[in-house]
Amino acid sequence: MKVVNNLTHSIDGMGIMKGRKAFTDDFAEKDTLIVKVMRSPYAYARILKIDDSEARKLEGIEMILTHKDFKRIPFTRAGQGYPEPSPHDKFVLDEYVRYIGDEVLAVVGRSDEICDKALSLIKVEYEVLEPVLDFETAKDNPIIIHPENEIHEMFDIGFKPKRNIAASYAMEIGDVKKTLSECEYVIKETFYTQAQAHVMLEPHTVNARMDYQNRLCIYSATQTPFHVRRIISQGLEIPLSKIRVIKPRVGGGFGGKQAIHGEMLVAYVTYKTNKPAKMIYSRKEVFESSYSRHPMRIEMTLGADKNGKLRAIDCEGLSDTGAYGEHALTVFMVTGSKVLPLYNKVDSVRFAGDIVYTNHTPAGAFRGYGAIQGNFALESAVDILCKKMKMDPILFRQINMMKEKETSPIFAIMGEGTAGTAMIMETCKLEECIEKGMDLIGWKDKYPRIESKDKIKSVGMAIAMQGSGIPYIDMGSATIKLNDDGFYNLMVGATEIGQGSDTVLTQIAAEELMTTVDKVVIYSSDTDLTPFDVGAYASSTTYISGNAVWKAAKELKEKMIVEAARILKTEIENIDFDGKTFTNEISNEKITLIDLSNQITYSHEQKQLQVTSSYVGHKSPPPFMAGFIEIEIDKATYEIDILNYVSVVDCGTTINPMLAKGQVDGAIVQGLGMAHFEEVIYGANGKLISSDLLNYKIPTRLDIKKLTTVFVDSYEETGPFGAKSVGEIGIDTPPAALANAVANALGIRITSLPITSEKIFKEIRRINDEK
Amino acid sequence: MEVKELIRAKDALEAYTFLNEFKGSKVMAGGAWMKLSVKSVDKLILLDDLNLDYIKEENEFLEIGAMTSLRTIEMHPAIKSLNSGILAKAIKSIMGVQVRNIATIGGSVMGRFAFSDLLGALLVLDCRLYFHDLQEITVFDFLQMPKVPSDILLNIKIKKTAGKGYFHKVSKTHLDFSLLNIAITKNKLFKIAIGSRPQTATLAINTANFLNSQSEINEETIKKAVEIACDEIKVSTNLRASKEYREVLLKTYLTRGLEEVIK
Amino acid sequence: MKVNLKINGQSRQFLIEPNEYLLDVLRRNDYLSVRRGCDNTSCGVCTVLIDNKPVPSCSVLAARCENKEITTVEGIEKEVEKLAKYFGELGADQCGYCNPSMALTVYSLKLENRNANIEEVKEYLVGNLCRCTGYVAQHEAIMKYLGDES
Repeated sequence: MKVVNNLTHSIDGMGIMKGRKAFTDDFAEKDTLIVKVMRSPYAYARILKIDDSEARKLEGIEMILTHKDFKRIPFTRAGQGYPEPSPHDKFVLDEYVRYIGDEVLAVVGRSDEICDKALSLIKVEYEVLEPVLDFETAKDNPIIIHPENEIHEMFDIGFKPKRNIAASYAMEIGDVKKTLSECEYVIKETFYTQAQAHVMLEPHTVNARMDYQNRLCIYSATQTPFHVRRIISQGLEIPLSKIRVIKPRVGGGFGGKQAIHGEMLVAYVTYKTNKPAKMIYSRKEVFESSYSRHPMRIEMTLGADKNGKLRAIDCEGLSDTGAYGEHALTVFMVTGSKVLPLYNKVDSVRFAGDIVYTNHTPAGAFRGYGAIQGNFALESAVDILCKKMKMDPILFRQINMMKEKETSPIFAIMGEGTAGTAMIMETCKLEECIEKGMDLIGWKDKYPRIESKDKIKSVGMAIAMQGSGIPYIDMGSATIKLNDDGFYNLMVGATEIGQGSDTVLTQIAAEELMTTVDKVVIYSSDTDLTPFDVGAYASSTTYISGNAVWKAAKELKEKMIVEAARILKTEIENIDFDGKTFTNEISNEKITLIDLSNQITYSHEQKQLQVTSSYVGHKSPPPFMAGFIEIEIDKATYEIDILNYVSVVDCGTTINPMLAKGQVDGAIVQGLGMAHFEEVIYGANGKLISSDLLNYKIPTRLDIKKLTTVFVDSYEETGPFGAKSVGEIGIDTPPAALANAVANALGIRITSLPITSEKIFKEIRRINDEK
Repeated sequence: MEVKELIRAKDALEAYTFLNEFKGSKVMAGGAWMKLSVKSVDKLILLDDLNLDYIKEENEFLEIGAMTSLRTIEMHPAIKSLNSGILAKAIKSIMGVQVRNIATIGGSVMGRFAFSDLLGALLVLDCRLYFHDLQEITVFDFLQMPKVPSDILLNIKIKKTAGKGYFHKVSKTHLDFSLLNIAITKNKLFKIAIGSRPQTATLAINTANFLNSQSEINEETIKKAVEIACDEIKVSTNLRASKEYREVLLKTYLTRGLEEVIK
Repeated sequence: MKVNLKINGQSRQFLIEPNEYLLDVLRRNDYLSVRRGCDNTSCGVCTVLIDNKPVPSCSVLAARCENKEITTVEGIEKEVEKLAKYFGELGADQCGYCNPSMALTVYSLKLENRNANIEEVKEYLVGNLCRCTGYVAQHEAIMKYLGDES
């Protein structure tokens, strides 16, 4: 391969570093209305009266929007395929506010200052209601968070709002109770994960204007422009054909922009006033009023026989989706479907649970999407089991984990919101990943711990899997056209959010067309100009959008060969194309691509060669990885120094090896944030206290000493040039790897995230007090 | 932050007069913290024209103008050699270079921030503050004042000492506020300051007195000194850490610090 | 009130409010490469150089920048090209939102200490957060840039 799996600079890095206009707010109109939202100071309340008379008098205030201005059409803000597996439980504005930070009303004015002034003049009378702040008491709580009549599910997801249940799921293979009763060793442990914040550096932002065709044209920092278009159309009853959504460069998403943020209000304002409008979330709004990761409680029971064979897994989960149910069911299902198959040879496995509403910031999509929560529970539980069995944790995994050419019955049963797809693991290099990882971290010399005067060094590990798109649901397409002068335009719906999709898709096209990336000009994510793509989520871009690009490139090549055959007066079988020149193999006559393209554009038998091709996956081949951590713990203060994190990844072909490494590195650091550095703190009244960057700390350059990321050789036949996905896999292992390393160092088990020095201190003190 | 009027004072007297004559007036030093803590100001007084951005090295003293940026101070060779460079170390640990390029020593001192990492270092050095009206006062006495004086800080003078020093702060990430910070100097005598307790830095006077009365410092005396410190220095609970955990941090790092400075 | 700012070598006069921060004045005058990431000096995304020193433009009053030399990435284009080349080589660019502010900070490091070792690079840049890359490739690229004598 000449382009794929070779060093290729990103196609846009230079221009962006040079500061060119690229991100959403860079495209806001100069003269624009500002939309600002008044946010609820109460976790649960009903709006009784709004007195905005003083605010309306202000010079420069265009309008003030309350729930009375909108028709009651419930929708979901989740950017997912239609019909969405998330409940339609949100109105543009409602008379109930359901979390501190929820939208009360919106003011629209000429400037930030005028809007702020207006907000300070508006008096709102609330009936303050008792909130539900503990997700463990939400189910069947007499306080009902969603009493509205109009809300509904799109198909059966177990939506029972009168019980505060947004969705439910249950599945069982075999008879777990029976199998456990036969097991020599059984362990049960309960794990808690936290509502991690994405902290993408670009806050959510959107701007809109009516264009000269009198259509609503929106620039939004979103991962799902096509879903945004549809949801706005449904929620505001604007014809789909009158809306255009353009996604420019996005400054990070990680799932946090896979849902509607300000688009609904801004679209409404522009559509109603015909004037440009924009909204930029403050960092506080990003924390409090966008989305977080779903915090979960996971009760994991494992049963093994005396030969070290894992026989049963029982996984009962409770997920907190916050005030609204975006991504509720699907994240929860991934907690099982992209974690439990790791140990595919069990006799029985059960996965079940509820996703409940609480009066917290809504949870939504976040890289890993349930797999990181499930992985923390399962991979911690495996080490707990090994300790009880006095069995080496690496040996246990080697015996019980998924291997190439095997399968798991879970694949057929569990999809993402719906039933799954059976599949054989055509590529699964977990064995090699573990072996290489052990070598790179020095496992044999360091396991379990090395003690010195003031410190203990230890190692811990975990294995993980993810997916590559959602089979039979996620669709991506690509259009490639041939220009005069022999270069190509590649139009894709796929959304570049910094993960490198523009570059990777360009490489795939260039490889197939046997040319160089500078000859393929990519344009992405414009609902008018690019063909459909579900968007950047579910690790689907390389595999699904990439396959669409590959197909389109192949088909365009065939079309070009037809033209060449016509021009060179021979059959298509006799044409040889090397990316630059078409040769009639019989007569040895040639025509260059440049000449051919100019000829068919201007001179003779003119036509535009262009192909649009689509791809829907029939399987979701998981990437796999083994993650190893080396830490040093202070014996007196339990402060943790992260010395090295080794990641050995099987993601099939790395279309862009350096960018793939970047995906894993970045995800590992986010995973370590979830595991150790970041801490979500709520106040007693439900207010998010860790709502700015001074109080919510993501890992800095000095906090992790070393990252070692390598890829193993692997080729997935169904992926473009052998590729699987790599976007999410990196985030899953750090929590369990760290928990296991701490257990190896100190013999204590922390089962809730984040794992902090003080938590370790408290646990050790608790154990000592008990003695 | 709402600002009704911006005033560039032409000298210290003018700044002092404005500050005291008009209610609702404030002096802006670096401005980074003020942006977060103040909603509106009637008259915002700037000292940018007072030429207070300097470091003067004399034989016995270093004189630092109140408007000198933290970054300028941490980079100065004389600061780097003062008592094992503890002031430079303390300042370097604060946020990033961007903030340290606008934050000033004057603003940091006048703010008397509980989370301050450099107040402790100033306490254990021989450091005096010089105001327009109040004239001279030690950092310790300044921190004890019930209210911050409505005055203009002009400069600080630090006596050049060449003994040992130790500074350590405990924080979750390298950009976080400290859970606790400890500064120790040993010139002729010991001086110890504990800060971010979460309360503002203060001197462990009894502890220092004890150490200074000993003819020999060894493992025993250090243990006793730490006991005295845990007794005399109050630590409490806040979002970042509990009282109990802070006590562990205090014990651990005071011990290690004392061991370090007697080497 | 009026303020004279020298931006990338060009002297310009702007009409500003006394409480306006440099970031907002720059953005509304089309210096769009300077961006906002947080509201409290925690992220580094708004970094510009004032007299070749990196500062958080979200927290510097524009009124205090009278006659100071302000540099945005547009003013150091040749240096950015060099750095961007190494970023590209090492796969260090992802979403790019933090990249212009990083380029300015790295450039000021080069002016101050071009022989910085990797630890010093990390320390100097600790105030420039990145959520995408995990930092490693950025540091490798920056070391190459600093070592590039051309």
